[in-house]
Amino acid sequence: MDMKVAKKLGLKERYALMTRDLAWDTTYQPMDKVFPQTTYEGIKIHDWDKWEDPFRLTMDAYWKYQSEKERKLYAILDGFNQNNGHLSVTDARYINVLKLFLGSTPPLELMAARGFSMMGRQMNGAGPRVACQMQAVDEYRHFQTQIHSISNYNKYYNGMDEFAHQQSRMWYLSDGKSFFDDAITAGPFEFMVAIGFAFEYVLTNILFVPFISGAAYNGDMAAMTVGFSAQSDEARHMTLGLECIKFMLEQDPDNLPIVQRWIDKWTWRGTRKLASVGMMMDYMLPKRIMSFKEAWEMYVEENGGALFKDLARYGITIPKCFGQTIEEKEHVTHQSWIGFYMKPQATPFHTWIPTPDEMDWLSEKYPNTFDKYYRPVLEHLDAQEKAGNRFDNKTAPMNCQVCVSTMKFNEPGDPMEMCFRESIYQGEKFHTCSDHCKEIFDNEPEKYIQTFISSHQVLQGNCEPDGTDVNAADFKPGQNMLDYWKLDKRALGDFNGSDDQKNFAAWREQATKN
Amino acid sequence: MTMLKTLAPYEFKSRDAVENYKGRQLLYVNWERHRMFSRPFVLALPPETPFSVIIDQYMTECFSYHPDWKQIDWNTVVWQNGNTPFTPDRNKSLKDNGIGHKDLIRFRTPGLDGIAGTGY
Repeated sequence: MDMKVAKKLGLKERYALMTRDLAWDTTYQPMDKVFPQTTYEGIKIHDWDKWEDPFRLTMDAYWKYQSEKERKLYAILDGFNQNNGHLSVTDARYINVLKLFLGSTPPLELMAARGFSMMGRQMNGAGPRVACQMQAVDEYRHFQTQIHSISNYNKYYNGMDEFAHQQSRMWYLSDGKSFFDDAITAGPFEFMVAIGFAFEYVLTNILFVPFISGAAYNGDMAAMTVGFSAQSDEARHMTLGLECIKFMLEQDPDNLPIVQRWIDKWTWRGTRKLASVGMMMDYMLPKRIMSFKEAWEMYVEENGGALFKDLARYGITIPKCFGQTIEEKEHVTHQSWIGFYMKPQATPFHTWIPTPDEMDWLSEKYPNTFDKYYRPVLEHLDAQEKAGNRFDNKTAPMNCQVCVSTMKFNEPGDPMEMCFRESIYQGEKFHTCSDHCKEIFDNEPEKYIQTFISSHQVLQGNCEPDGTDVNAADFKPGQNMLDYWKLDKRALGDFNGSDDQKNFAAWREQATKN
Repeated sequence: MTMLKTLAPYEFKSRDAVENYKGRQLLYVNWERHRMFSRPFVLALPPETPFSVIIDQYMTECFSYHPDWKQIDWNTVVWQNGNTPFTPDRNKSLKDNGIGHKDLIRFRTPGLDGIAGTGY
């Protein structure tokens, strides 16, 4: 008797069976009641089957690829840790990059995981649902691997262990938290534009590439490997974000103005978020890879510009804020560093004044602005520190109601003047840092009047350590911020004279001498 | 007109409404062209607070770190509440000076433009 051997499934058939074929239309309840989120934003979808799956990945293949990557990653992390890899970084100032970047990013990865899990439930097309679920797993993986990467450093250096507690409390983490909170409380299509497109496609390169190559340049193989392992997922994420944009625009002409407004909004919100990443490149990496200005030109102006040219055939125009971001690229990193430098008692990482040769590098990279606006004040502050009078601005900040950055940006066209915008809503004043943030506020004031501004919350008595009696006669709000933030006192202050500086020097000496 | 779209009624109070400050109000202060301080600072004070307290206590505590502070000629200082020019009376309260919740006081010191005239 002849055996009938079933033909092996082709990739396309396998993919169809294991993704789209698993979906069904509901019958006990109408589909629009099961998936109400896909219509209320005003986006019109006529045919979900027109969704082109940007990567035909099934779950079994996904597990296989990712587990291979995990094995390599953890082998390198183990090797790095066992060989005291932390002593091979350029100098101990570099560790502060990890405190800032890996202290703020994992909670945001976790929010992205939550967001894409929600998208996996809310989208009623099988194609995007599967893609969103895989991206959710990716984001969760990034969250974990980043924490594993800092855990070894945490054994030796101060200020890394309370990042989860600090995420919703620290003043300078508010901008990232607000970015993701805003996205996740929007509808599914706006979330996809916010995270899938503006963040992943337009801005991730400037977030990851400088960080990864910065880590590599400064001898941190652990963070570099984590970065590369995540970056290979980013290519998929970018494709998903772009596919979603194209899908919306192809489905109905009425979608164009909505999508354009979201692109304008989220490109700007992402730009504001990246000011502190730029500061890391220009001020915190002992060995610099490129200036923030150069990175902005390469990744945003050139690559982003080409992307928007490509989208022009759908009617999409370059984001409104593009011109302002080009002007600001010469200023934001310097303005951010001064903002952090003056708060030595309020961050779990150290700050410092650049050395003379580092200032020369900044002059060379920023010929139009550094010597004219920023060098004199940095030299003044350096002299003050050396005279035992280090800058410590003890006041609490004013923040933008939308991006929650401190109000530290200049008026467009005049770097000596501060930029302030205000709106009145229901008789109350709301301050924003720019025309773009003001427009975002004015479009949806009901949302942004709820913004959590930590300095305001302190003054309302809402930021006290457990056990504080806020009704006591002598209660004064904000007297115990270090306890409320769980800030390790050893992690405060200037880098000069810090435990990290002394320990690193002593351990390296031990490792390299008899 | 709002562009907010929601699935259900959406009404929330402002998180910084004046009633949340138990008889006090927010005030922001910025010294123009002295960006060494990075951003304005914020205070919560009773509206009865004399304006002199803002200058003599809070502004002095913060801004006296700057070498320009000692050189200010207070007769020439130019004041704004938000974008509106005004002349505060030192001896009057915030309220009597027309300063309300979340107002931003900006002051300019002509001739003093920060370290080496950079605006910092």
